[in-house]
Amino acid sequence: MATITAHGTQEVRQRRKPAAPYLLLIPAVAVLLLGLGYPVYWQIVTSFQEFGLAQQFGSAPPTFAGLDNYARIFSDSTAFAVVVRSIIFCLVNAGLTVILGLAFALLMRAVHGWAKVVLQIALLLAWATPVIAAVTVFRWLFNDQYGVINWLLVKMGLTGFRGHVWTATPLSFFLVATIIIVWMSVPFVALSLFAGLTQVNDELLEAARIDGANKTQILWRIIMPLVRPVLAIVLLLQIIWDLRVFAQIKLLQDAGAPIAETNLLGNFIYDLGMNRNNFGGAAAVAIFVLLLTVVLSAPYVRSLLKEDES
Amino acid sequence: MTTVATRPHAHVSQAAPRRRVLTPRRIGKWALSLLAVVVAVCWAFPVYWMVLSAFTPNALLRSTTPRFLPTRGTLSNFHYLLQSGSGFWPALRMSLSVTLLTVVLVLVFAFLGALAISRWRFKGRKSFILAVLFIQMLPAEGLFIAQYKMLSSVGLLNNVIGVSVIYTAAVVPFTIWMLRGFVAGIPAELEEAAMVDGLSRTQAFMRITLPLLAPGLVASGVYAFLQAWNEFTVALVALPSQTSQTLPLWLRTFMSASASRGIDWAQVMAASTLIAIPVIVFFLFVQGRMTSGLVSGAVKG
Repeated sequence: MATITAHGTQEVRQRRKPAAPYLLLIPAVAVLLLGLGYPVYWQIVTSFQEFGLAQQFGSAPPTFAGLDNYARIFSDSTAFAVVVRSIIFCLVNAGLTVILGLAFALLMRAVHGWAKVVLQIALLLAWATPVIAAVTVFRWLFNDQYGVINWLLVKMGLTGFRGHVWTATPLSFFLVATIIIVWMSVPFVALSLFAGLTQVNDELLEAARIDGANKTQILWRIIMPLVRPVLAIVLLLQIIWDLRVFAQIKLLQDAGAPIAETNLLGNFIYDLGMNRNNFGGAAAVAIFVLLLTVVLSAPYVRSLLKEDES
Repeated sequence: MTTVATRPHAHVSQAAPRRRVLTPRRIGKWALSLLAVVVAVCWAFPVYWMVLSAFTPNALLRSTTPRFLPTRGTLSNFHYLLQSGSGFWPALRMSLSVTLLTVVLVLVFAFLGALAISRWRFKGRKSFILAVLFIQMLPAEGLFIAQYKMLSSVGLLNNVIGVSVIYTAAVVPFTIWMLRGFVAGIPAELEEAAMVDGLSRTQAFMRITLPLLAPGLVASGVYAFLQAWNEFTVALVALPSQTSQTLPLWLRTFMSASASRGIDWAQVMAASTLIAIPVIVFFLFVQGRMTSGLVSGAVKG
């Protein structure tokens, strides 16, 4: 691409100052190498090493262990459970987020102008709330004694929820975590899809209506195919983002949850590295997460590159 | 924006020009508008509840029936937090130092990088862009243990510089990508014309290009601010000492410190509010740019 578009003034510039772009990139490349490059390098090396407590305190040098860390981690039932749990959690959350986001985007299109603005403001408020504040306020909402949720459920006749501790069992822990993550993520999806929907040509819909298409047909045969590219991208981004829900889980575990049964990939890495000093194992799981992210990101990166070429 | 949603139904009002006849379609639209308001109330409620609880005395929060409307507001929760003993001020200072350093580094580095990739076609440009796009997707969770080891080996744990470098590396890729669009929107010819008119290259840059870039720089700066201000994962490992905590870490400690005697939710909500308000304000500035930057490729494609 660079060779095709680079002519005229660009070429003159190139001949005059061939070093300039490289010089301009030095600071960015340097900080990337320092902040991300070296950690990735260290991680790859460590994932092939025996690196535990003894190495941590310098009493023994790290020894080469080949694929031992990978083999040990992924044949371990705890790690396997974490991977399965993370993938299920990720897919459920991404799916729910995109379905609700799409519903809200279609809703915004169908309602009066004032109602749309009200909904947009509410979504922006949720989107803008920092993770720490969001988890904290949801812990308060789901508080066993004074929380609004338990009060409401008891009010509705479900007296079993009086004093119910939501974080105590893994299933209800993940229910609360899902509510938090969906609440935080839906605004981005809904507003992006709404932006995509505004690009749908109204004359096209009018034409379809004149041709006798009913509402359902218009939605599935015309609107959906037109927003499918945006839909695919937001679903992909949600899947990638929902694989990395360390902070929400960690902060929710503070409320008193069974740690081992509620750990997701990020928390498992943290646990291995910071609590058990098994840096080799932590590095191996982290490399797995990084590779998974790169593979999943490829279609998204391709769609962004298309934008650069245009 | 507001006109778009109503347009598909425009022919309805043409069919029934003056009189407000309740056609099924009109009723449907009102019902959906009502539904939208209900959804909006549900979505805004946690934020409302946070702010309301922050202004309520804790004793009142512990009543059997929650009060949903403001009564007997108090500032005492905020008073308590703003006293020296709560640890809010040191955490605020830490958060501000880390955030400001990150914003400055990100703006300078990303601006230079964006200039390079949008004004020049050079060997390695495409690989650089590809690398940048992949790097911006990498999760902190896949790197933070390694970053912790790196910082501890050079003695930069609990240090503003150490954590700021990691934040800068995490934020620079997306900001380069975001600024690239702004730089590309300013033709180089504009600068050259000014130089023909007698300005030096620096003058032309300062007087012509920089003012035109201001919106892009503001959006990038706010984005970097939000990322650094909200960051929890890296901070948790890179700032282990209680004296060097940023605000999110402080809120966590503050909450667990009061957990033994029953969490004082009024104070905790006041603390959450203090952390969230600057973010919400800044966020409203940058929101439009972020959505379009993330999905514009898909919308156009």
